[in-house]
Amino acid sequence: MELRKDYFADVRKDGLHEIGQPRPRLDSPGHVTGKTAYFADRNFPGMLHLKMVRSPHHHARIRSIDTSEAEKHPGVVRVLTAKDVPHNVYTILILIQIGPEDETVLADGKVRWRGEAVVAVLAETERAAQEAAAKVKVDYEVLPAVFDMEEALKPGAPLVNEYHGQNYYLYDSGECRKVRFGDVEAGFAQADHILEQSYRSSPIEHAPTETTGCVVAPEGNDRFTCYTNTQAMFFTLDNTSIILQMPGSKLHFVGGTVGGGFGGKVDVIVEPIAILGAKLTGRPVCFIYSREEEMQISSPRAAEKVVIKDGVMKDGRIVARKVTGYTDAGAYSRHSPYGAQKGAAHYPGPYTIPNVWIDTYCVYTNRTPSSAMRGFGVTIGDFALEVQMDKLARLIGMDPLEFRFINAYRDGDMKAHRQPTEGAALIECMQEASRAANWPVAEKYMAMSSYKKGA
Amino acid sequence: MAKVPVQFTLNGSEKAEFIESGTTLLHALRDKIGDTSPKGGCHQGTCGACSVIIDGELRLSCLTLAETCSGADIKTTAGLAEGGVLHPLQRAFLDAFATQCGFCTPGMIMAAKVLLDRTPNPSREDVVEALSGNICRCTGYEPIIQAVLTAARANSQNAA
Repeated sequence: MELRKDYFADVRKDGLHEIGQPRPRLDSPGHVTGKTAYFADRNFPGMLHLKMVRSPHHHARIRSIDTSEAEKHPGVVRVLTAKDVPHNVYTILILIQIGPEDETVLADGKVRWRGEAVVAVLAETERAAQEAAAKVKVDYEVLPAVFDMEEALKPGAPLVNEYHGQNYYLYDSGECRKVRFGDVEAGFAQADHILEQSYRSSPIEHAPTETTGCVVAPEGNDRFTCYTNTQAMFFTLDNTSIILQMPGSKLHFVGGTVGGGFGGKVDVIVEPIAILGAKLTGRPVCFIYSREEEMQISSPRAAEKVVIKDGVMKDGRIVARKVTGYTDAGAYSRHSPYGAQKGAAHYPGPYTIPNVWIDTYCVYTNRTPSSAMRGFGVTIGDFALEVQMDKLARLIGMDPLEFRFINAYRDGDMKAHRQPTEGAALIECMQEASRAANWPVAEKYMAMSSYKKGA
Repeated sequence: MAKVPVQFTLNGSEKAEFIESGTTLLHALRDKIGDTSPKGGCHQGTCGACSVIIDGELRLSCLTLAETCSGADIKTTAGLAEGGVLHPLQRAFLDAFATQCGFCTPGMIMAAKVLLDRTPNPSREDVVEALSGNICRCTGYEPIIQAVLTAARANSQNAA
């Protein structure tokens, strides 16, 4: 790997000893010998298997739940419903004061997406748990469902989640996250060209090689050890503590080994119910998603819609940008209000635009709750923004890379959310990229710098 | 459920167990015998994480019934290092940054071993073909392919 140390040589220290040096991964010897211990590699005598009864409907009222046949099934030790969960309605981000609590551990009175957990069955074997789960009778009254964000925002749309009261997340800034900078309408009035485009994305599943799950062992004294592949140990510990109304000192979480995550294992879904099962039976409990569950039940990346309207001058300057972003949270918040908020901060792009107007909505629909995945909230935004940039360049007959040099933010520029740009280095990255890709740009762009002397 | 006896050699040691008829080799190895090096990623024969070597053939242990393995010679990644010395494949995966989460690694190494046992000097295409049944979701395949080619070179140097 070549390190270009000539960039910013006068403004940065060069005491780096690690970057550019190969270092063996600490966990690799365990991986190549098969000794790395993943959660499912823990096996305890008398371990029970947990299987979930899941909603076959996108939106339905639960009239009744009959678990009597399941309880009689050979090998079944315990069946859990909403009333067994001490604090059944939760939301992950309540830990950082993002509410309201809007999601049930086990469905209570209503299901809001197809695949929602309704009843947990604990049995001696996986097979017995599966067979018994099939014997649980749930009487549903199917309700109208909404799957499209714009439909969900229309007056009279079915209400997805009563804990919100409307089909969007209510931020302290109102129905959406907003950025207002300059005068966007004056910018459009001044522009030589205006281009408005819509971009849409589908949900994306992380598909980790190791499916989501945990193994819980009771340690006596009402204390539990939970081996888990969570990517968010303390979110999991603290939310479990709230859901089970148990002090954190009773909960010992062992993690650190994750067989693929990509953000898909930051939600707190398997651990609380498995620990509750271990607490109520006094036995070790294993709850692992099957591959089918992993694909259907685990939170995907949110579907998004982004509408971008740009005003651009013939010389390549973008003078106005108006963006409306929609993030499909599915039926529950999980990490999506945060994802939509990230979008609001991101949509100006790495460009200096004098007039910016942004609204981003976190919308509830009767779809699988979405959550974190690799740069969630900004990845789809970047796709939309950069396709838009190419279209703008084509519109004014300019080279797309040169067009980006003209608009690239540089140190000292004021960003739309009023944070001055520091350490941008975007110009330099594009210069290296143009060399690496053999994409020639005019000499004046190769002479530019992100670092404006005296800025 | 009826229990059936099963007896095989695992990494050179005799193993004998009574298992429920219908148990997969993957479950028998992991839950009964305690070799957790084969991983259960999909349990339906598509990810390759559970790959083991049975009588010299690469097999998916999630699709192999344990009771069909009586008298077989089974090898897993856990038995590959000899006397604490890593196998050239293990060394190469370690050195080439060919592991990330590590969940696919034991299966990848088993698939690569069968290839090198038969084709000591494989082409890049041979390696790609041999690993095509093993899914990796984080490292990307290029470091893995490079590791197998490096191990093949190390092997041929040892033989020379």
